[in-house]
This record gives sequence, structure tokens and C-alpha cells, in this order.
Amino acid sequence: MLDLIREFSPGLAILLTNPQFAFIQLLNSISQGMNLFIIAAGLSLIFGVLKVINFAHGVFYMFGAYVVHTVFMDWGAPFWVGAIASALALGVIAAIIERTLFRQIYEAEHLMQLLLTFAIVLIMGDLAKVIWGTEQYSVSYPASLKGATDLGITFYPSYRLMLCIIGPLILIALYWFAERTRWGRMTKAATQDREMLAALGINVPLIYTSVFILGSALAGFGGALAAPFSSPVPGMDATLIVECFVIVIVGGLGSLWGTFVGALLYGLVFNFGSVIYPNGQDVFAYLLLLVVLLIRPWGLYGKPEAGGH
Amino acid sequence: MPQLEVNDIHTSYGLSQVLFGITLDVEEGEIVSLVGRNGVGKTTTMRSIMGLTKPSQGSVKFEGKEIAGLAAHQISKLGIGFVPEERRIFPDLTVWENLDIARRPAPAGREAWDEERVYTLFPDLKEIPDRPGGVLSGGQQQMLTIARSLMGNPRLLLLDEPSEGLAPKVVENVRDQVKLLKESGLTIILAEQNLGFILYLSDKVHILEKGEVKWSGTGAALKADKSIVEQYLTV
Repeated sequence: MLDLIREFSPGLAILLTNPQFAFIQLLNSISQGMNLFIIAAGLSLIFGVLKVINFAHGVFYMFGAYVVHTVFMDWGAPFWVGAIASALALGVIAAIIERTLFRQIYEAEHLMQLLLTFAIVLIMGDLAKVIWGTEQYSVSYPASLKGATDLGITFYPSYRLMLCIIGPLILIALYWFAERTRWGRMTKAATQDREMLAALGINVPLIYTSVFILGSALAGFGGALAAPFSSPVPGMDATLIVECFVIVIVGGLGSLWGTFVGALLYGLVFNFGSVIYPNGQDVFAYLLLLVVLLIRPWGLYGKPEAGGH
Repeated sequence: MPQLEVNDIHTSYGLSQVLFGITLDVEEGEIVSLVGRNGVGKTTTMRSIMGLTKPSQGSVKFEGKEIAGLAAHQISKLGIGFVPEERRIFPDLTVWENLDIARRPAPAGREAWDEERVYTLFPDLKEIPDRPGGVLSGGQQQMLTIARSLMGNPRLLLLDEPSEGLAPKVVENVRDQVKLLKESGLTIILAEQNLGFILYLSDKVHILEKGEVKWSGTGAALKADKSIVEQYLTV
């Protein structure tokens, strides 16, 4: 039996016979999933409140990776200072973009919104080339997370382990913000009836700006975290934005928990898929998307769109 | 000086004009009713005052300050509350959360509205602070939408068709609560179709037709003149 499996897929045979290998694949899935979750959560949050699908989210991620390179590698600041700087830089960029551009298109049709965000992709993509050139940079791991951690059954890279922990922490923080703070409740109310919210004296445009800043800062932060293994390079945003779309569509657009589950599923399908069938690793993620779209077109944790809109 | 002076406002939704020069004054502490059949411009008058649909011409002065053209949240902060006909409770927020997001400190020298005071006026709400807004009964929603506006400590309340869709017993409750609000010193503009409700509460009545004020007078004068009711209000 095992021989048959080995013939069909050597990788699957190793997974079945070597628990240590399988465990490492599991951790790889989680760490990749969590890195993607941090970024995709921003995309999902922005869509949930602003109802704009921001294609430029991937470019924001790329900028985050470049900024951490500049601050950490070129200026010699600690890695985490660089990662925070990435989040802050994208927050500032987001504030400017929201106030000057996005504000014009909330009432416009989706095609116009798409064109605008795509224009931002092109402009910022070229801007990145002007600032950082076209070479691929290498970003070191932070000194404290360079080695591997002994988990009993196996050693595992400390940096990737950190990703497995920071993802759920960000989930908890975002959940706390959304459910336990007045700001979170206002944001939720803004998704339900922004006109009524304004009539109650709340400055809804300010909520929109702050959500866009937070979502974009997550892209920047996620880009910084990805920088040590994805090495900043022009075009790195193209794959990432597609991965994020798969995740938020699988999880359900606008659902935080759905994005978390979607990111984990993506990590699992991608990593185990590439072990089992190395020639077609991308196929599995799209199969996941296809299956979810066929069964629940609104995503695992999304809500079916009410008619009439 | 009247608290609110609406002077010759014209308001349109896109190409369709709804208000053709509405003028009315509201004195502090009064209940002023806007009366008329569906589609005559009662709601649009309120939306124009609130800044939700901006008048294309004319002026709206609140406590002497021009407010036509301001954003709705700015108008709200100046002290005007809006209770819409559709109630528009946030369905995913609980009763308490619906109240909490509208909370704003009271102007100096006035007794502030907070949960406790709101619950005294609407005891039903006190029992269900954790219930989602989306599952409330019509009467509960009506109370919550009024309570929510009160949390912002307005000095003028725009109350759009509060009796609509409610059982007669509940209508009486709401009527008595509105009366208590007036007694607390709040100015109220009331849009209604329920004649009993109007006559019970109003100091002044303006009858609207086709976006214009066709008749103005006291509640007593309206009660005395059956022909007006027949001309403008019966279907």
C-alpha cells in the first residue's frame, strides 16, 4: 500500500511515515497562514467598512517590506523598530490616499473604485522603483530570533514560531477593538447605517479614515514581517494580493474570524499541497477557492448579500 | 428669537423637487407638528433641517446660527436630534450599545440624559440592555430610537411619525413619553398622521401639501375647524 502511495506521491508517503516532517509542515502552514492573516485582515477590514476592494493593498505590503529594509538594514535600527516604522509609514500614506482620493469614490460604482485602486498600484509600484531601484534586497532575521527553538519533537526556526504566535495576538487585539471599544461599535454601526450614525453626531468620514489607516498599517506590518523570507523586490505584491483575495473570499469578505480561518486553510492547503504534489502547488489554493465558492459563495463566515443592493 | 427659523427652503432629491419654499419658526419648549398626507414633504423638511438632504436654497437658523449646508454630524453636535420614521436601530448592536454610541455630554446648566434617566422614561429598555437591536419589537425599537437621540442631549428633537406601525396601547405610551419630554424643556418638531396624537401634544400645527405650508395655527384652532381636516388630511 505504502509503495503505491510512494509511487503516486513520494511527499505524501513521507508525511504518513514521518510525524516530525508532518509536524514541520503543519508549523510551516500556520506561520505562512498567520503572516497572510495579518495582511488580509487589513484588506477585509477596509472592505467591511468602506465597501471598497483595495487592489493597492498588495503594494502597501511591498512598501512595508521595503521600509523595514531601509530602517533595519540601512539605518541599523532594531528590526521591531523597522516593523513599527513600516506600519506607521503605511498609515500616513493611507491617510493621504483616503483624504485625497478614496473620499471621491465611495458613492461611485465598483468599476471606478477598481480603476482608482489599480491606478494606485501602478503609481506606487513605479514610485518604489524610483526610491529603492529594481534589485532584490535581503533582510536579516532579527538577532533574537535567528536560531531554532526546541519543541521536543523537533527544532523549528524561532522567527517562524513568532509568526505563529503574533497572528493570533493580532486577531485578539482586532477582535477586542471591534467588540469591546466604543470606536469598534461605531465602526460596526457605520457599516450598517452611516447616515443615521452621522445624524447622531458622529463624524463618519473620520471613522472611514481611521479604518483605512489601520487596515493599511496591517499591510505594512505584514510586509515587514514577511521581508526576511520574501526579500523585497519589485512585483512581490502581485502574488500576495491574489493570495489575500483567495483568503478573504474563502473566509467571507468583511469577517475577521473568517479571514483568520481562511488564512489558516490557505497555509495548510498550500504547504501540504506542495509536499504532496510539488508540480502544482498553486492549484490547491484555487481548488479551495472553487469549492468554497460553489458551496458558500459568500464565504465560510460571510453573510449572504441582502437583495436589492 | 425663535429657537429654529426655517426660511423658504427648497429641497430636491436629484431632479425631483420635494420642498417648494417651507417657512416655519419654532419657539423653545414648544411642540410644533408637521401634518399632511404621505409625500407632502414632512420627512424632507426634517432631513433638510438635519443636513441629511441639503436644501438647494433658503436658510435654516438654529439658535441664531445658520446651519443650512453644515454636515449632519455638525448639526447634531449643535443640539438637534433626529428620530427617523424607519427607526434605524443598529441591528447588530445591543440596546445599551445603541445608546452608548450616541452619548454626548449635556450643555452646561441642563440635566443630562444618561442610561439611568433614559431607562426611567422607558422602563421596558432597562430589562433588555444586552438584546441586539435587530430583534426588538416595533414598540421597543421606537422607544430605543427616541432614547438613543436623547443620549446626545439635544435641545431640539425632530420626531418623524413616532406612532406609525404601533399598537394603539403602545401609541398612548409613546404619546405620554413625548409629553414628558416637552415638560423637561425639550423643543420638539413632530411629523404625524395620527390626528389624536397631534391634537393631544401640539402647541402649533403646520399643514403641508406639495412641499408648501398650506395652513398654520394652534392645535385648538385645528380641532375647531373640521373643514381643514377634511381638505388636507382625509384621504
